Amino acid sequence: MTSTFTSRHTGRIVWAAAIVLALLLPELVASKTALTKMCLIGITIVFALSYNVLLGQTGLLSFGHAVYFGLSGFTAIHLINLIGQHQLPIPVLLVPLFAGITGAFFGLLFGVLSTRRHGTAFAMISLAIAELVAASSLILESFFGGESGITTDRSNGPAFFGIDLASQLQVYYLIVGWGVLSAIAMYAYTRTPLGRMAAAVRDNPERAEFIGYSSRMVRLLSFIISAFFAGIAGGLAAINYEIMTATNLSTAASGSVLIMVYIGGAGFFYGPIIGAILISLIQLSLSDITPAWLLYLGLLFVVTVLFAPAGIAGLVERHIPPLRAGMLHRLIPPYLLSGGAGLVFAAGVIALLEMNYHITLNAHEGPLLGLFWMKVDTGQPMAWVAAIIVTLVGFYLFRRTWPIVANAWNDLDSRQPGDLR
Amino acid sequence: MATSVAPLLCCYAWTKTLLEQLAISTLNGVIYGMLLFMLASGLTLIFGMMGVLNLAHAAMYMLGAYLGYQISKTLGFLPALILAPLALGIGGALLERYGLRRVHQHGHVSELLFTFGIAFMIQEAVQMIWGRIGVPYRIPSALDFPLFRLFSTPYPAYRIFVLLLAIAIFFGLFAALSRTRIGLIIRAALTHPGMVSMLGHDVPRVFMLVFGAGAGLAGLAGVIGGPIFVTSPSMAGALGAILFTVVVIGGLGSLPGALLASLLVGLVQTFAVVIDVSLDDVFKIAGFTAASTGVFSDIRHTTVAQIAPILPYLMLLVMLVVRPRGLFGSRDV
Repeated sequence: MTSTFTSRHTGRIVWAAAIVLALLLPELVASKTALTKMCLIGITIVFALSYNVLLGQTGLLSFGHAVYFGLSGFTAIHLINLIGQHQLPIPVLLVPLFAGITGAFFGLLFGVLSTRRHGTAFAMISLAIAELVAASSLILESFFGGESGITTDRSNGPAFFGIDLASQLQVYYLIVGWGVLSAIAMYAYTRTPLGRMAAAVRDNPERAEFIGYSSRMVRLLSFIISAFFAGIAGGLAAINYEIMTATNLSTAASGSVLIMVYIGGAGFFYGPIIGAILISLIQLSLSDITPAWLLYLGLLFVVTVLFAPAGIAGLVERHIPPLRAGMLHRLIPPYLLSGGAGLVFAAGVIALLEMNYHITLNAHEGPLLGLFWMKVDTGQPMAWVAAIIVTLVGFYLFRRTWPIVANAWNDLDSRQPGDLR
Repeated sequence: MATSVAPLLCCYAWTKTLLEQLAISTLNGVIYGMLLFMLASGLTLIFGMMGVLNLAHAAMYMLGAYLGYQISKTLGFLPALILAPLALGIGGALLERYGLRRVHQHGHVSELLFTFGIAFMIQEAVQMIWGRIGVPYRIPSALDFPLFRLFSTPYPAYRIFVLLLAIAIFFGLFAALSRTRIGLIIRAALTHPGMVSMLGHDVPRVFMLVFGAGAGLAGLAGVIGGPIFVTSPSMAGALGAILFTVVVIGGLGSLPGALLASLLVGLVQTFAVVIDVSLDDVFKIAGFTAASTGVFSDIRHTTVAQIAPILPYLMLLVMLVVRPRGLFGSRDV
């Protein structure tokens, strides 16, 4: 969990560089849409990190993490409205903290019910709680605002040392500030005795009990901490979007944070960050290009579960020992070969999916489909035959070339048995 | 004389409508419960044997409904009744053989994640092929007539057909599990998979068969349930969580428990929908009216019918607190 880059020194440099980059990013990319996207990504990172306190640190698979994000977000909206009516003497800047406390409160409430068990039973209960809250949110209209949600105006509150949050740039720095604080706090949590016990409970709850710890209590505390940081993310979302709707706490939102964290790599602290950035970017860019992007996301997720259970961060970590041993170049030719075949296979699958989508959803636009910088006539059988051939050939080549990659790895492993892995 | 008859007549009519409503709701609830059981039985068997909670189970039900719609549009309802479950059964078996067995080595969480990913993809694929709004999956014309009248309301024959089919499946399942050799092995593998494997039975193959059969049953439930309920991409999401509550309430791995919990949840949900009473009404009968605003007034004005969707989850939470092993379970959740 806590093993970042093998050398602590380089690890710290990378972290510092990431923070500096986050601070300088609005200067480097000076466009308004980019700023909006960066705010979204920042919030998502905090949310994903909070989810990993559960999944990666404590080994609890939750299907209802958006409950804490959403409930805190709704509370934050109500708080900002109260501030706007001069009924609450706190600056809007501190609202994420109160949102976090709300999250922790609901974490305690639902955690008592669900942390008794772990594994599948926990996952099932978390799903039931998520459905319960999602269904209730549509009933309790005065708090959740029904289908249309509730809105606020973040600049209504009194300015705090000149910060009135009227501009998106101020909101961005607010998100970066809370995000960095939360990330540091969550990283520090992995180093505390409690964080260590959480990892122990994850790996072997029985042994943890024999040492004298209540694994239920450890799970519950982790659950509350995770809900607290999810609440901070929810508070930031409330400030950023100025609206909260029932979809924010739906099971779909919970599923999407799970997919992010898992693809990024739940076993490493920086995995969720990679996942949050990557999936958010995919979501922002691909959703304009193709209506099938969720299907691709699902495909990517299933492939990750099947073939790379440690996620992207796990793949990165695997390549660091060869890199340090100066032997990474040996892997490049097999990677290029197998990657090329994989690309052909992927292109075939994408072509088939897109053509299918086109004839079912966009039939009124005629049979022509813009695909890979060319026009494909989906009315002609030849186009389908070509796509199927590309898919099959790609699959065959990939199956043939993959052993070359495996051999290259075996070769590396046998050369430096002590240094690698 | 006439003055005293009028209230009596009114009272009689009121009782009659009440009885009518009671009878129809009971019948509907039992049918819904039996459909739930067709789904929950596969889910609980798979869970009991392999420890895998198949999150894609409800998605397979949805796929069954869509396949049923597609096949009955071209070939007719009877072929759909056979072909769609068969296709899902084979698909489920392949999914177990080439997907689930592969991730099994990484533990239960990976298995859960795998089925979650499959559910996600089925959801998207269904939307891709059949669109984001529902399809007009109608009751087959051969069964589209009122079978009998309950008091004054005609009752559709199709629902009775669904009920009879579900009961037949239920008895078939029990007979297969208690009377056949493979059923014996399945029941043994439920509790002692290691021992069954030692005795020379191919336990992974049994897993594959059970997973396939569960998927097939889910598909069958979709084919016959689709025309009663709405066949749309949202049908899986709501049902999935209810299925898990059924399985937990009944006790993990217990078929009788799954049956009882299915009927219980089916009846509770069906009856809740027709009870149009809120806390406010109760307060009025009790003799006091409280004036409050905000969340509390929402709670007071909410009728039982409105909270019908959350009742199964409330039942689940109560069950977890009172009896974590479920009605018939042998171990805690």
